[in-house]
Order: sequence, then C-alpha cells, then structure tokens
Amino acid sequence: MALQIVDGCVNCWACEPLCPSKAIYAALPHFLIDAKKCTECDGDYADKQCASICPVEQVIVDSQGAALNPPGSLTGIPPERWERVRAEIQAR
Amino acid sequence: MELTVLGQSQTTAPDAGGCASSGCGSNDDQLNHLPEHIRAKVHNHPCYSEEAHHHYARMHVAVAPACNIQCHYCNRKYDCSNESRPGVVSELLTPDQAVKKVMTVAANIPQMTVLGIAGPGDPLANPERTFDTFRQLTEKAPDIKLCVSTNGLALPELVDELCKHNIDHVTMTINCVDPDIGAQIYPWIFWKNRRVYGRKGAEILIKQQQKGLQMLVDRGILVKVNSVMIPGVNDKHLEEVSKAVKAKGAFLHNVMPLIAEAEHGTFYGVMGQRGPTHDELQELQDACSGDMNMMRHCRQCRADAVGMLGEDRGDEFTLDKIEAVDVDYAAAMVKRAEVHAAIEATLAAKQQKKNETFISLSSLSIPKKESRPVLMAIATSGGGIINQHFGHAREFLIYEANAHDVRFISHRKTDLYCSGDDTCGDGESVLQKTINALKGCEVVLCSKIGYEPWGMLEEAGIIPNGEHALEAIEDAVAAVYKEMGEKGLLDKKPETQQRATA
Ligand code: SF4
Ligand code: SF4
Ligand code: SF4
Repeated sequence: MALQIVDGCVNCWACEPLCPSKAIYAALPHFLIDAKKCTECDGDYADKQCASICPVEQVIVDSQGAALNPPGSLTGIPPERWERVRAEIQAR
Repeated sequence: MELTVLGQSQTTAPDAGGCASSGCGSNDDQLNHLPEHIRAKVHNHPCYSEEAHHHYARMHVAVAPACNIQCHYCNRKYDCSNESRPGVVSELLTPDQAVKKVMTVAANIPQMTVLGIAGPGDPLANPERTFDTFRQLTEKAPDIKLCVSTNGLALPELVDELCKHNIDHVTMTINCVDPDIGAQIYPWIFWKNRRVYGRKGAEILIKQQQKGLQMLVDRGILVKVNSVMIPGVNDKHLEEVSKAVKAKGAFLHNVMPLIAEAEHGTFYGVMGQRGPTHDELQELQDACSGDMNMMRHCRQCRADAVGMLGEDRGDEFTLDKIEAVDVDYAAAMVKRAEVHAAIEATLAAKQQKKNETFISLSSLSIPKKESRPVLMAIATSGGGIINQHFGHAREFLIYEANAHDVRFISHRKTDLYCSGDDTCGDGESVLQKTINALKGCEVVLCSKIGYEPWGMLEEAGIIPNGEHALEAIEDAVAAVYKEMGEKGLLDKKPETQQRATA
C-alpha cells in the first residue's frame, strides 16, 4: 500500500517534512514517494499527511490511481458548479 | 499657514524629527506614542519608513516554499502572488546558499539594511529553513535586520523562537476578522495534521492571527499588517480589520490591491475576480488610516527582490555569480557603517533644509475654500528627487497637494493594473497603459519627456512637466500646486480630467 505523486506536482516542499515514514523525496521533474517506505500514514495519523497539505488537486493518487484530492475538493467548488460560481464572482 | 508634508493625518508637525516629514508611512507625529528604541527600529527600514525607502535597500531570499493554508489569490506554481511578490522566484535557495547571497549583497550594496523572508509560501510553515537562515545571519552579519512575513497560522507556537533572532518587525497578512468572509478567501488550512475546510478553517486561522499579533506586540516587536483588498469580498470589511489590529497594537496597516489575472493561474484569476481600481484602493486606504499609520509605498515585492524598493538587482546576484565570490564581511561591515552614516547625514541636512522651506512656503496665499486637492505623478528612481525620464518609468509615485500640505499617497505600476474599461484591450500600447495608470492625476513630473507622450498626456488632461528635474519631490509638488493656483487652475476641475469611478 502506497501513495504516488504524479504529474502536476509543483515541487512546493509542503509534503516532504510531514511524512512520518520519510518516504517523500525531492526529485525532478517532481517529488516522488518511495513505495517501499510509504505506509499511507497508517498508525501515525488518521489523515494521509502528504495528501492533506498538497495544494494541487489530483497530484497524489492511491494504488488504484484515484486522486486523494479530486477536482473541486481544494477550491471547494464541485466542477459542475464552476460556471455558476464564475458568473457570481465576475459580478463583484 | 505652513506647508508641511504629512503621511495622512491633518495635524501639522513642522518640527517632525526622526524619519523626517516626508510623507512617511511612519509619520513622526504618529510615532510619538512609541518609545524611542522602537522608533529607532523604523527609521532605516525601507518598508516601514517612507523616507527610508528612498535611501535604504532591502532584499528577500526565497527559502520557504511550503505553505500551510490556501489563499484564493495564490497559485503555488507561480508562488505567492500577493503576500510578497507578483511574479516568479527564479531560484529557491537552501539556508546556506541564502546566507552566502545575503552577505554578498550586503557587501556590494551597502545601503542594504534589511533581509526578509517572505516565501514563496509561509516562512513559518518552513520553520527549519527559515530559522536556520536567521540563526546563521544573526551570528555572521549582526548589522543586518531580519524580517519575516507570515500568514500567522503557525505564529503563536513559534513566536519565542522568532524573538531570539535579530528581528524588529514581523509582517502578517490579515485579510479578515470575520470567518464568514474568511471562508470566501481561504478554502482550507492545514491544522494539527488535518486539512480543515471553509468557515471552520478560517475561524482557526483568524484566532491564531489575533493571538500571534498580541504575542508579538507583548514582546515589543513591531507588526505590520498587510491586507489584500478584494472587491465584493472584504473591501467593506477592511476598515473593521484596521480597527481591530490597531486596537491590538499593530504598528502599520498596509492595504494592498488584489492582483488577479487569469494568466497567474490563481483561483481568483481564473474565476474572473477583479482587483480594485486606484480610486477604490485610495478611498479605502484613507478610510482605514485613522490615527494609525497606513503604508502607501509598498511595492508588493517579489520574494527574491534585491535592492531599493521598486528596483530589482536580483540578476546581479544569481547563485552561479555568488558562488565564486569570497566575502570579507568584517571589512564590509566597516564600509556599510560609513555608508549608513553618510545617508543619515544627508537626511539630517535635508531635514534642515525642509524646515527652512516651511518658512518660505508659508507665504503661500491660495484662498482655502477655492483650492481643491490635486494628484500628481512623479517619475523617480529614488533619492526623493525627480530624476527619471517619463518613458523609462515603470512606476510613478503619487502625491496629493492641497492647501494644507503635500502628502505621499501611493505608487502606481504602469503595467500592473487593469482598469477594466475597454481601452484596456490587447492592442493597447505601453504608452496608453501608462496614461491609464495615471488616471486621476493632473500633472506628471519627470526629468524629461518625449514629444509623443507629451501630446498624449495633454490629450488625456494631464499636464506634463519637466521643469523640476533633480528637485526634491515635495518641494516641486508644492511649487507646481502654487503655480496652478496662480493660474486659476484650482477653482474647478478641468473637464477633460475625470477621476475613475468604476
Ligand atoms: S501517505 Fe503518509 S507515509 Fe505515505 S508518503 Fe504520504 S505522508 Fe508519507
Ligand atoms: S505537496 Fe503536492 S505539490 Fe507540493 S511537493 Fe508535495 S506533491 Fe508536490
Ligand atoms: S499564505 Fe501566501 S503562499 Fe500561502 S497560500 Fe496564501 S498567498 Fe499563497
């Protein structure tokens, strides 16, 4: 069981110091998770630390490839509502 | 009547000492309540003293890329677009590299007095990197003041560690004191190993900010509060923020315009949130000023800016260039002390001269009720004098002259603002952009100006004026205002000139 960092990572360093398993390392073009070390934070934290601070949606995925921060989850706006919200904001 | 130059209060203080009376963000009058040792902390800090920013330089090092909150005006890919810098950081430094760079710059730009860590990201969300840099500098370069900007979330737990270093000031970004408004600015925060969303997250952030502010004030640290003005979100609310932070003892309030362009990739940018107009910003700054200092010369510097405010000499000090340099810091400190003494002497002389000027200008005889305030734009590259060619100016200092005084209002970048009207399309020339940025000003003072812009400025109802080249800004503004009075130009507004209203 391990998480993975995929394309889209902005190399912001936020996740690296938080990982209780020291599984995350700086690499190019983007940070990576050492699958052998990642415990998915099991036993350390209720929430997976890297996914809980990562500012970019869809960058951290589980072994199934599913995003831990799916589209809309970090902006707080479900994708289907984007157009409505956009109109609201533009009216300000 | 004496013509004094004030920050914003209408009280006249011709005998202002300390940071002089140069439209200073920290007007002496308003510093009176502070003890001497605190006033001494401000006078050579370019970001705290409007006078100092003409003479002293600062630099930022980008060592802190991580952040523990999300602001809707920030895209981490392009780093922090409001808190500290609109643009990109060219290189992220390790603490060791940062220390080397700071010492190299301090040796080469002796006017450099302040080193700030302002992200990209939140310096206190990167405590190891930030404190490692501070620790080394406190030891190796004791003549450099240290400065930090933070969103405040981690401040309470780190305040004591922070105070161990050579820190006089802390900048905190506080955009709201109401969690409902906060929820529209901060989608989430990272708190106690969990992501906390919406209003709940904003509530925690606000609590931590207010607590941190109190703790800093209690420890005698000066706190500058930055607020980003977001039309339709916190614009009406910022007066309340200003009151709240002032009541807690914040030293300076800096209301900055939101910068949100789609190409920055920020949430606000992508969603089409507009930034405030010059007029809206100025109005809010005036409303917030009250008896607390308002900062008006902020340049929203990049997180890796080097040099005087409004200039960036970062290119001279890239990693590959500084690697080869060997700095003799002991020698540099001697030179730095000499340069600082010379600047102080110049300022003292200027102060002397200004006091004389007060007398000669006191003969000013503009009938009070008929004269109205006039905004003037100044092209300057520093030193408090008019010394820049109109065509070279990438920013202008805006001064207001009225029957009582000349005061510094703000600076305007010529390429930063979008006024939102239809002259602002793609085909817009640089010159047209510049003229748009000067909306509301009636005069432009510069060292020289070309034929074409001269005509276009006149057409836009702005009087170009190159007659005061190399003169002190305030004196020139006062003289031009007086001239306008004599020509009867102050009786009514010229018809071609309209203040932006939208
Ligand atoms: S899930 Fe936990 S253990 Fe795995 S990389 Fe992320 S922070 Fe480290
Ligand atoms: S927090 Fe996300 S964006 Fe930042 S380095 Fe880690 S994976 Fe990349
Ligand atoms: S605090 Fe600064 S770096 Fe963090 S999200 Fe806000 S603007 Fe960006």
